[in-house]
Amino acid sequence: MRKLWIGLTYLVFFLLIAAPLGKMTIGAFSEGFGGFWDALTRPEALHALMMTGFVVVVVTLLNTLFGIMMALYLVRASWLGSRVKGLLNSIVDLPYAVSPVIGGLMIVLLLGPDSALGAVFEQIGVKIVYAFPGMVIATLFVTFPLMVREIMPVLQEIGSQQEEAASTLGAYGWTTFWKVTWPSIRWAVIYGVILTVARSLGEFGAVLVVSGNIMNKTQTATTLVYQDVENFNVTAAGGIALVLAAFSAGLLLLMEWSKRRKEVH
Amino acid sequence: MHVEVRGLNKHFGDFHAVKDVNFGITKGHLIGLLGPSGGGKTSILRMLAGLETPDSGEIVFHGKTVNNLPPQEREIGFVFQNYALFKHMTVYENIAFGLKVKKANKHTIQNRVAELVELTGLKGFEKRYPHQLSGGQRQRVAFARALAPEPQLLLLDEPFAAIDAKIRQELRSWLRELIERVGITSIFVTHDQDEAIEVADEIMIINQGRLEQKGTPWDIYKEPKTPFVATFIGESTLIGSAAELKGFHNTGGKPTKALIRPEYIEVGHLNEFKMASATEQGIVKHLHFRGSEWLVEVEVNGHKLVTYRSLEKETLTPGQEIAVLVHRAYLFNDERSWIQENGLKEDPMPVFI
Repeated sequence: MRKLWIGLTYLVFFLLIAAPLGKMTIGAFSEGFGGFWDALTRPEALHALMMTGFVVVVVTLLNTLFGIMMALYLVRASWLGSRVKGLLNSIVDLPYAVSPVIGGLMIVLLLGPDSALGAVFEQIGVKIVYAFPGMVIATLFVTFPLMVREIMPVLQEIGSQQEEAASTLGAYGWTTFWKVTWPSIRWAVIYGVILTVARSLGEFGAVLVVSGNIMNKTQTATTLVYQDVENFNVTAAGGIALVLAAFSAGLLLLMEWSKRRKEVH
Repeated sequence: MHVEVRGLNKHFGDFHAVKDVNFGITKGHLIGLLGPSGGGKTSILRMLAGLETPDSGEIVFHGKTVNNLPPQEREIGFVFQNYALFKHMTVYENIAFGLKVKKANKHTIQNRVAELVELTGLKGFEKRYPHQLSGGQRQRVAFARALAPEPQLLLLDEPFAAIDAKIRQELRSWLRELIERVGITSIFVTHDQDEAIEVADEIMIINQGRLEQKGTPWDIYKEPKTPFVATFIGESTLIGSAAELKGFHNTGGKPTKALIRPEYIEVGHLNEFKMASATEQGIVKHLHFRGSEWLVEVEVNGHKLVTYRSLEKETLTPGQEIAVLVHRAYLFNDERSWIQENGLKEDPMPVFI
């Protein structure tokens, strides 16, 4: 009986994860390494990977900065009423509950060329929707809770006493943050960065709606895979998908390593 | 540092945590803020430190109002209840923190830290992290860290609460000595009256946000100003109506309550008393051995009184009838409170033979 269950568990694991990954790898190399290489070095593929890279870098930077600040203000700010804090706290989680496609749609409705705000930006020559800024905003919307939710519990756990102690010893806000708060939250931040990178690397729905998926302009790696599949170009799709999957696997290994470091600390 | 506080008030939402508190502290004194938990002691301490903003009132250090100064500029040292040591820093780095922030030169820092490590008996532990120390050692690091930048005022929030009883005793006398040697004005918060009586030069009793009484431990014990102080400090028995006690009939007509401390009462055989007429009949209810004396519970007129009896005297037995003399009582009614001697103790018509 026990053997049966073990067998079943492995079978589920195989069917859900190993088999598709294997099939995708085989698909990517169905025309040999040359086919894989050609799929990757198509100009639109290179551009899409570059776009994804840019989005990941910008989103991770912004999300780290504002995520840390948001977490600090939500946990530490005594000037916010508890009701306001509670409201902000639940709004932070909104992207978890809302489908990314709807998130993208909200951005189009708010900042699209037909909206008042979008028109203002259009006039000063900044295109947001169907352009890079919109893609960044959409990805930020989706990834925002990741950083905040990693840092908040740590801040709550360490409490404000160490920071108060620093202030009675003469340290002002900035010194206190770097010398006292940062060493306590840095592993949470690293964890949050890894999650943000992974999530923004794979983001599809929100970006698809906001970017318009314009080849060589606003197409990202994931939306290109989608398009290749639509065009029955399975080899090309598999190639790019394999690159993304390899990157994600690398991130997971990094996360495991950082977890172990955290325990050592 | 001379500390002066006038009309201090603090609300947390609807809760009036500190109510119109006034006091002054002489330079170099060690003051204990004593009172039940949730009475506002810590709030007062945190307002002195600048970690909390008073709603109204004035805090004056050295003749200068500091209400608008942030904690960084008040020249205070603060020891937190749970130490709040920087857990990712070694003992050395913890103690050096305040000096590094003030940009003292390296040589000065090294000397000052070495001096404090010596003073707090932490030699050999400089490289350890807080989680590698015992509770008592962490406490000492917290002291050393607070003292390092040479503050003018040391504030301690329940400094011994998180330490087990045996070491607490040791740390108390150590702290007392340390503060005397450094000569720094200090205020500590505690809910433990033994701790306050043993350590403090002066005690301030805080209850429900009010300062009930300020004075030396002996003054407060001897002459409690309010019923709360009388019940909070020392042991006592409350009697609903003072007039029911023999010798306390003239209490001014008003309904008056009485507090009686164990040492106010004497028990024994009738022939042991000079003024037998002042005594009352009582029955020994329980006897508890307290190591150096007996704790005697005796019932008089339906009231249970508690007193101590020397081991040298004849041992009593429960159920025994016995004479009880109440030497004095702490009386209070709606208007006032006072200490009254037993009216029958003085012979009204002394006869000289």
